[in-house]
Formats: sequence, C-alpha cells, structure tokens
Amino acid sequence: MATIDLTLKIWRQNSPRDKGRFETLAARGISTDMSFLEMLDVVNEQLTLDGREPICFDHDCREGICGMCGAVINGRPHGPQRGTTLCQLHMRHFADGDTLAIEPFRARAFKVVKDLVVDRSALDKVMVAGGYIAANTGSAPEANATPIAAATAELAMDAAACIGCGACVAACPNASAMLFVGAKVSHLGLLPQGRPEAARRVLAMVREADRQGFGNCTNVTECEVECPKEISIANIARMNREFLKAAIASRER
Amino acid sequence: MTKLDAKIPGGPIESKWERHRFDLKLVNPANKRKFNAIVVGTGLAGGSAAASLAELGYNVKAFCFQDTPRRAHSIAAQGGINAAKNYQNDGDSVWRLFYDTVKGGDFRAREANVHRLAELSVNIIDQCVAAGVPFAREYGGLLANRSFGGAQVSRTFYARGQTGQQLLLGCYSAMCRQIGTGKIKMFPRREMLDLVMVDGRARGIVVRNLISGEIERHTGDAVVLCTGGYGNVFFLSTNAMGCNVTAAWRCYKRGAYFANPCFTQIHPTCIPVHGTYQSKLTLMSESLRNDGRVWVPKNPGDKRAPGEIPESDRDYYLERRYPSFGNLVPRDVASRAAKAVCDEGRGVGDTGLAVYLDFADAIARDGRATIERKYGNLFAMYEKITDEDPYRQPMRIFPAVHYTMGGLWVDYNLMSNIDGLFVLGEANFSDHGANRLGASALMQGLADGYFVIPYTIGGYLAGTPLSPVSEDDAPFMDSARQVTERTQRLLSIKGHRTVDDFHRELGSILWDYCGMSRNNDGLAKAREMIRDLRAQYWQNVLVPGRGDDLNQSLERAGRVADFLEFAELMVEDALARQESCGGHFNEKFQTAEHEAMRDDENFCHVAAWEHTGDGSAPQRHTEPLAFEHVHLTQRSYK
Repeated sequence: MATIDLTLKIWRQNSPRDKGRFETLAARGISTDMSFLEMLDVVNEQLTLDGREPICFDHDCREGICGMCGAVINGRPHGPQRGTTLCQLHMRHFADGDTLAIEPFRARAFKVVKDLVVDRSALDKVMVAGGYIAANTGSAPEANATPIAAATAELAMDAAACIGCGACVAACPNASAMLFVGAKVSHLGLLPQGRPEAARRVLAMVREADRQGFGNCTNVTECEVECPKEISIANIARMNREFLKAAIASRER
Repeated sequence: MTKLDAKIPGGPIESKWERHRFDLKLVNPANKRKFNAIVVGTGLAGGSAAASLAELGYNVKAFCFQDTPRRAHSIAAQGGINAAKNYQNDGDSVWRLFYDTVKGGDFRAREANVHRLAELSVNIIDQCVAAGVPFAREYGGLLANRSFGGAQVSRTFYARGQTGQQLLLGCYSAMCRQIGTGKIKMFPRREMLDLVMVDGRARGIVVRNLISGEIERHTGDAVVLCTGGYGNVFFLSTNAMGCNVTAAWRCYKRGAYFANPCFTQIHPTCIPVHGTYQSKLTLMSESLRNDGRVWVPKNPGDKRAPGEIPESDRDYYLERRYPSFGNLVPRDVASRAAKAVCDEGRGVGDTGLAVYLDFADAIARDGRATIERKYGNLFAMYEKITDEDPYRQPMRIFPAVHYTMGGLWVDYNLMSNIDGLFVLGEANFSDHGANRLGASALMQGLADGYFVIPYTIGGYLAGTPLSPVSEDDAPFMDSARQVTERTQRLLSIKGHRTVDDFHRELGSILWDYCGMSRNNDGLAKAREMIRDLRAQYWQNVLVPGRGDDLNQSLERAGRVADFLEFAELMVEDALARQESCGGHFNEKFQTAEHEAMRDDENFCHVAAWEHTGDGSAPQRHTEPLAFEHVHLTQRSYK
C-alpha cells in the first residue's frame, strides 16, 4: 500500500463573524487508497490528540449522493477529478509532497459557518419557491396512465441527478445558481405531470435565486466542468427558453 | 413478562386495513389546524409523513441533523422499490408480495402489517410518478421493472442506480411546497436528544441546535419518529456517517420498548474493507445480481487472477446451492454463503475476504452499452473506490452491515407503547421480520409516511383528550437540564482516546461476536467487553472544543455513548433468542446444510425490551406471532 505526505493549507474560521485564515498542517503517511475525507479524518484524529480543535467539514453518505460534502481544493470545487464529489475523490490522484489549498465553497449566498462548513439554505429557499409538482398524497392517477417516452424520461433523469451540493455556485465567477435551478426546472418541466406549473415554477425559482443573492449566468460554463454529477448546461438553455415563454406568453407573473 | 397487544383489527386479512381506516376516528378539516405534529428525520418515512400531514392541514415541525432535509440517508438507496403492480404479467400480486416478504423475513414479521404494506405498494408508485420521480421506462413509455432477491417475479421499479435519491427528492419537493405554505416549519441541523412526556404521553422533544449549541424545547400533540436504523453501531457499515440510534434510544430510556435489536442485515454485495483508516463501507446494489454471477475458485488458495481461472475451476456457489433462485437468493442467505466459502479459504483478493461478482457473461450477452445503462453509476463508483474497471475484471465484494430490521416496537397503528409516539420506517421493527428483502425498505418508508400515519395519527388525536403544554413546563425544563448536563459531562472528561477510537473498537467487538454468525460463548464475552468499554469511555474519552458552537466531535460523542449502551441490548437480545432466523444466525441452531433453523415452538414471537433503569437488567416482553396465511415452513430457495 503506497503512502504519501502532503502539506495542507486549510481554511480555519471560528464563526461567520470571524475573519478566517489559512493554517498549514502536515498530513503524513496518507494511504493512496483513502478518500479525501478519510485523509481529513486522519488529520483530525491527530489534531484532537494534540489538544487542538479538529477541522469542521460537512459530509454524510460518503458515497457521492447526499450532496453534503464539498470544499475547494487548489481552486476547484470537489477537487481535480471530473464528475467526482469530494468524498469519492481518492488520494491516489495526488503525489507525494503536494501542497493542497483547501477552502470552503465561497459565494455571497453561502456564508461560512465554521472552517469548511457553509450555509447553503439559500438553495432550499429556491426549491421552496417552486421546485415541486403539486400532487397531494392520495390524488395520483394510475402510474402507467401517462406513458413518457424513454428518451424524455432519460433526459429528465439526467437533470434530476443534481445532488444540490452547490459546487456550481462555488465554481461560477458570478456565484450563479443557474445550473441548479436549470436542472430542477428541466427535470420537472420535461415530464408531462410537471407541465401545468411550468411557467409559474420557472418564474418563481429564478426570482428567488436573485433574491437570495445568487448571480446571473453569463455562459462561463465552469459549473458544468465542476459539477460532480456532470449536469449539462443544456439545462440552463432549457430554463432560459422556459423563462422567456413564461414571461412573454403565460398569464403568470 | 407481559404479552403485548398489537391492536391488529379482526376479520379477513385482505380487508383489515380498509375496515380499520373506517373505524379510525377522524379529525375534521377545521380542527386539524389546531394540532401540531413533530416529525423527526426527513428520509423517505419522515419526508413523506411531514408532507402528507401538512397537506391534510396539520401543523408540522420537521427536524433533521443534516443541513437540509434532502440529504437524509434514504438518498443512498440504489436499486429500487418493490410494488405489486404485475406490469410484467409474470404472476405477481399483492398476495405474492405479502407471501414473499413474510417468507423472506423468516417468519418473524407481523402478517397484518406486511399485508397492508403489499396493498399500499401499488399506491406508492402512482404517488411517486405524480410527484415527478423519473422511473426507468420502456421505449413505449411505460414503466420498466427489474428483479431483486427473494422473488421470482420482476416487481422492482427503479431510477438508474439512484432510486432512493429520486424518491427522496419527491418527498423533499412535497415538503418544500408545504414549507412555502407555512404548514411545515423546518428545523435543519438539529439533533433530537430527548423525548418529553407529559401525563404519560409523548408531548415534545429536546434537540440540540448543532450550529449554536443551544438546547431547544419543542412541544407537539404527537411525535413521529423517523430516524432510521442503528447499523452504525458496527462502526463500519453502509450507513451514512451521521446515522445513529440516539433518538430511538432516548425514547427507549423514556419507556418505549425496543423490539428485536439483534435482527441486523448484513448485505452480501459491498466493496470489501481495505484499510484501518476506513470510515465506511460502500454498497454495490443488489440489482447487480440480476446480471452479475457470484463465484470463487473451486480450490482453496487458488491465487490466479480471475481471468486465468478456467470455468472448470470456478464455483458459482449460489447457482450450485440454490438452483431455482440462483444469484437472487435473499440477502441473509447470500451473505452466509459468502462467509462460508471465505472460511473454507476460497476467498479472493489480498485479504481473502471477498468473492467475485462477474459481469463478463452479461456483457457478452447484452453488450456493454446495456450494462452501462443499467448500472453505469455503480460501476463508476466501484472504479473510483477500488481503481479497478469492473467492465474488464470481476468486482470483488464482501458482506457488510446494511440495514436493521429491529427497532422501536409499534402496534398496527405504528404507535409505540408510549401514547402519542409514532415510529415509522427503519426506526420501527414491524414489517421485515428477521431479514428484509431488497427494494422493500423504500416501500416501507413511503407506505408508513404517505399512507399509514395520515390515518392513524388522526385516530389518536381525535380520540385522546390532550391538555395544553408549554415548553416552559417542568418536564421540558427537566429534560433540557439533563441533556445539558450530559453534554457538559462528555466535554469535561478530557481523556486520552478519541470518540472514533472507541467507536471502532465497539464495532469490531460486534462484528466478531454479534455479526453474521453468533454463538452463546461469544455473545456472553461480547457483553462483558461492551460493559468494560463503556466504563472506559466515560473515564477516558477525549472530546475537544466547546458546547456552544458547531462541534462535530461532540455530536459523535453523544451518539457513540448511546451506541455503547445499545450494543449491550443487542447482544442481550441475541443471547435470549435461542434459535436462528434470518439475519440472526446462532451456530448452535442450523440444519445439516447450514441454513438457519428456527424454533417456532419457543421463539415465534417479537421480543420487546423495556428499560428498567441504568444498571438494572432490561425486561423482555413478547408479542406472539400468528401465521394464519403463510404457513410456517423451513425457508427454501433451492
């Protein structure tokens, strides 16, 4: 089993009001089979035994699906591997002697809570504004009553794969959440059951994203590059069409 | 020893639920807004319950420890959700799903609950599709199915390898809508640390705000606990890092009975352990057994690469031992079979603790594109973790702790023995007996939350006189004080071992003595080891930081403290159940072919444990199980 030694320049910040600073820590004897978060676990165990406070970071499933983890590694959300969450990034992708700068996701809408932990509740607020199909429990028709072409269902599934981690926001120079919004608008809007609310949904979600302090999309496409689920920016284009249609031709405002 | 009353309605099993729904009292629409329900946990059970109760008009306060409800661990379920739609015209029915589930659970589940679950399964699919869940479809646009273990029909609905995620996003979006209307008040980053009882009824909870460290008191007319399973007691499991037993354990210590804690599921297809630093294990969905073939070398010590081992030197042991179910035998059977071949020295990989799951035949038959469409994300995940390409060489897999069938005891209404405390999903015990079939956890979570609790909570609220309570009342203040003291105590020990260090040791005790295979001597030994470890914990644990801000070590310390108590009950339950059934395999009780041998004469019951005070032995109660429709037989998958 190969091991490597690393130097970590890691962001430490005690609270939202604290200014924060980089701290340099050594990570020694790291197995290349470890995940990035397991590497942080090892560092944290040592910090604890040394009587220091371990690094706070969000994480839960460690299978790349819950969307809770995430940090910026050498300038890239979730690190250098395409289509990979931080918990699924393995240390074999780093070399002995590397220095890693580790920072929280930064955006106006995401305030730092502590160390690498940020508050992403703004994304929930965008969902609350309209990211749903109103279908009260019990009122559903028989599931096979409305056939949906496999290709359409696959496109909806591509968009629905978004894990809501916020990497797209952290990657975007405008701190825009349009890939997140576009994915949800596409997922629900592509399905026939999502059409009745489509106009209202897109207007409400975009408006709420603005209100939460997310920037606008200027087609930089960094979001698509960094998205751990490789959500396509075609979803933003679809959202824009949906938005125009809603703003011009619908009765919704 | 008291006999527990499950309040199962009378009459034919097919119409019990229908009649019971009619018999349950109703809360009229205008009165529903006067009631407050607390829902703890926002996975499939909690999310669907919170949304459905809010739609009915109840005021819901929902709690989760993650930063948003969309992250609950249901999200990680991969393979699918069962429903008796019989879309494949292959002989499925509500009755068959009921039968398969009772048999799959090795006759330790409650027939009436399981039948209701099978009935509701069809409504769940309708509801999910209406909410926008993008299930896999055939080219013509109708819903697709695949097969799962323990069944000979195709009844599993799926969304690639992300079924749990898509179902949870359905619940989460329904919750979002109700948060928008103000009917759900969402409290993320809160951990439930106590249940508050007033006049013998559940009337609220005490939680820690994980960001500010504040201990908060919340009142309600009923508490709905949807806090998942306790698999993380083993330290290494497929559960998310945050999954814990604390909420359920705090209820147990307030008087709720804990049922069948020794029923844990070891899932056969997980990525094997590869280092001491490892923080969790990753499941490879059971759906892979639709197309993957499980094998090991025929001869012990055969160290050749898998590609160099000819067919004649391979043992496809599941297909050999169980010709009719083959690779799709239930999980407990598949896991024990894997352990058996590894014990014979035929395990593969560096550790010898792995078997092959091979897709070569499927890729040759269906083409790589088809396999990629079905399992692409799972193959990618496997490659990320192991750095091996499963399209080119077989996966190496080994059993790992995955799900817990035991949980808080509930009656037919999903209410615990404490009035007003309802328990849904994996946190309760009722539907899976001693072994859960694949793709049934999602089904149960959603059945409980969408279609059971909306009725049964009304029956309780309409029929119970509830006096007003305030969060400043003595029981709330007392509980908050106790929670604060406990937190302070953990911080003040300042010992020499980290929380994870203790947790890892606890896990290895349980894995060795209360895992896939158990025996009386080992269990008795484990009980002593757990007691010792717990005593050491309270003298020597090192919890850094403070109590008044985000302190993840402190969060873990509280959870592990509860695991250390819970583990003893688990072992106690395993010792008391002197038979083998499903996931509980006591070596003393096995057939000549090494299958689990039940003792229906003495153990055809649910064991429900009552807390009798710290340091005093818990009391074992039983609920007898009657099998009137599925005859008690030795399970056979041959």
